[in-house]
Amino acid sequence: MGVRLDADHRVKGGRSVTSTMPREGRPAPDRPSPGMAGRGSARISAALWRRTWLRATLTLSPPLAWFLVIYLASLLVMLVTAFWSVNPFTNALEHTWTLANFRELFTGTYLSIIGRTIAMAAIVTVTDAVLAFPVAYYMARIATQRGRQLLFTAVLLPLWASYIARVYAWIVILQKDGTLSWFFDKIGVGPVNIGYSNVAMWLVFSYIWLPFMIAPIYAALERIPDSLLEASGDLGARNWRTVRSVLLPLALPGFAAGSIFTFSLTLGDFITPLLVGGANSNFIGNVIYANIGTANNLPFAAALAIVPIVIMICYLLGARAAGAFRSM
Amino acid sequence: MKKRTWGGGLLAVVSATLLAAGCGSAGNTSGGASGGGGTGLGPPPQADHAVPASVGKGEGKLNLIAWEGYAQPQWVRPFEKATGCQVSAKYGGSSSEMVSLMADGGGGQYDMVSASGDADLRLIYGGDVKPVNISLIEPWKDFHPFLKSPPFNTIGAKHYGVSLQFGPNVLLYSKKTFASKPQSWSVLYDQAHAGKITVPNNPIQIADAALFLSKVRPSLGITDPYELTQPQFDAAVTLLERQHPMVKKYWDLASQEISLFESGTTVVGAAWPYQTNTLIAAGSQVADTIPREGATGWADTWMLATKAPHPNCAYKWMQWITTPRVQAQQAVYFGETPANKLACPIMDQLQKGACAAYHANASESYYNTIKFWKTPLAQCGNGKNNCVPFQQWVSAWTRITG
Repeated sequence: MGVRLDADHRVKGGRSVTSTMPREGRPAPDRPSPGMAGRGSARISAALWRRTWLRATLTLSPPLAWFLVIYLASLLVMLVTAFWSVNPFTNALEHTWTLANFRELFTGTYLSIIGRTIAMAAIVTVTDAVLAFPVAYYMARIATQRGRQLLFTAVLLPLWASYIARVYAWIVILQKDGTLSWFFDKIGVGPVNIGYSNVAMWLVFSYIWLPFMIAPIYAALERIPDSLLEASGDLGARNWRTVRSVLLPLALPGFAAGSIFTFSLTLGDFITPLLVGGANSNFIGNVIYANIGTANNLPFAAALAIVPIVIMICYLLGARAAGAFRSM
Repeated sequence: MKKRTWGGGLLAVVSATLLAAGCGSAGNTSGGASGGGGTGLGPPPQADHAVPASVGKGEGKLNLIAWEGYAQPQWVRPFEKATGCQVSAKYGGSSSEMVSLMADGGGGQYDMVSASGDADLRLIYGGDVKPVNISLIEPWKDFHPFLKSPPFNTIGAKHYGVSLQFGPNVLLYSKKTFASKPQSWSVLYDQAHAGKITVPNNPIQIADAALFLSKVRPSLGITDPYELTQPQFDAAVTLLERQHPMVKKYWDLASQEISLFESGTTVVGAAWPYQTNTLIAAGSQVADTIPREGATGWADTWMLATKAPHPNCAYKWMQWITTPRVQAQQAVYFGETPANKLACPIMDQLQKGACAAYHANASESYYNTIKFWKTPLAQCGNGKNNCVPFQQWVSAWTRITG
């Protein structure tokens, strides 16, 4: 069907090419001419067929317009807002240019919050990479077809439950006299109380974003030809050496791609700090939230929101250098 | 080779971040707009707005901005039936959100807002709400005297709305830890309870610290916890910074505090009566009290938008929401104290002991222990302009909890 349509198209296109000829002074060919409407659409498809740039423009302009208007324009508005201020009394926006918001960003409080957010994102990324590699390796290279399907389902299963429900489940596990404390008490270690702390946040983040690390590493590992590993063995490399010199470097784009997910998702989160964080757990997102919700200080919130964007741009440049996008 | 690139990438990230940071701080040397000040407080912009002498025929519609739970079908449906005014309510999540929604006098869209005391002055002086003719609201004469013309919604004898309900912020404690009722807020600043304290994650909490300081350090001269000069403000912030390492969690949601106490993670904290009631109903060994220093609290007002498109329905709503029966319904539903004195017996009908539980029968002295939330402004009540405005409260709070 597709092929036939395509052929039809071309015939029409060809015919319409000839039918435009008279304009250029040549006599019209002696052929039964199609109706006006058919002729019009034929002319359009011919024009499109000949001009690839026009085809590309028409296909891409709706999504591009969406991207420009909805996405970039809103970012631009935010960027502009960051240079305004609000009247401390009526909370009305004052459209005078000021760098005060950015100056405020570079004071101790906000630097430490930004630092904490980046550090947590980095630690969670490393944790997930370490946890994900063995799982992904087993799935990609050892498991049977059936085992792989089962593991994939198991990895993706948590994503079927809501984020909030999973975070609340962790509150039950981690809080005082919670499941974890009960377990440690039973095995004789004594009760532990790590609920509402940065350790709790680290555990919850690492758990929540793990599937986003496993999937890309799996994809990278699956692509490595067996022959490379065999060659490594033939050349005398032991297991560890093969992992270090062949597997890991070839899987690096997978790590980089996964780390983009875990890093950016942690960087932008504010719900987990709010729910399982302790007294020292403010993230960039929480301060943005407070400035919009409580203080109604949009300009400062906008200035603060630019920070994760800048961090992610840097991160993506780094990831590109590491080859994260080479296989895309 | 690849490893090196990756390392280089990370290095680039770090250096670019540092570079951006460096550039940013270096580039910001011009004068700042932070800090308060501004013009002195004259009369509110809408003070001379004429008030109606009578309530006309309803316009058939009423658009409200309300706290969740303030426009429940139990009392909205009968209102709609009685007046023909169809109510649409939009829930505001915070005082600031309400102020934003009410910008430009409600924008010709909203008629009324159930504003809390910390939003009232911002709305009044922003010109977003206008005076109402209080004599048209019949049940108002049965209000507790304290809530008839409170300073947070009445300025220069003009009423910018009608009081609704109020509640105190209480000291919640576990009976297992405290054999007897704690007498002072000092337990929240006591090393003995380090790691087992919880307070609200809200800048207005600075007022609680200031209230405590006003009693224990009279030399600071704090008379109003919402009108703090820089030294008074700094003292409150210092107290809260000292408290910070002892705090287990700054709670954002009432449900968080409930689970903190249920699990025994915290044993003492600042709370609303709602949490106490919920915990006791669930069988927790907790109680609350208003310590001898007094307490802060919240008082809500239905305010009329400057550009209200349905003013007659709005007046009918104010007349309805202040009647004893509706006052009692809302008080019991939400767990707060009604403004109308006559609501007490009806509350007991709805739920045994509700009147006493929510202090609807309490004496004048009970009200006087509560310092109601209001917007901290640069303009102090004494006519001076040297108080710390709310925006600095917010950034100080970020510093404290950061």
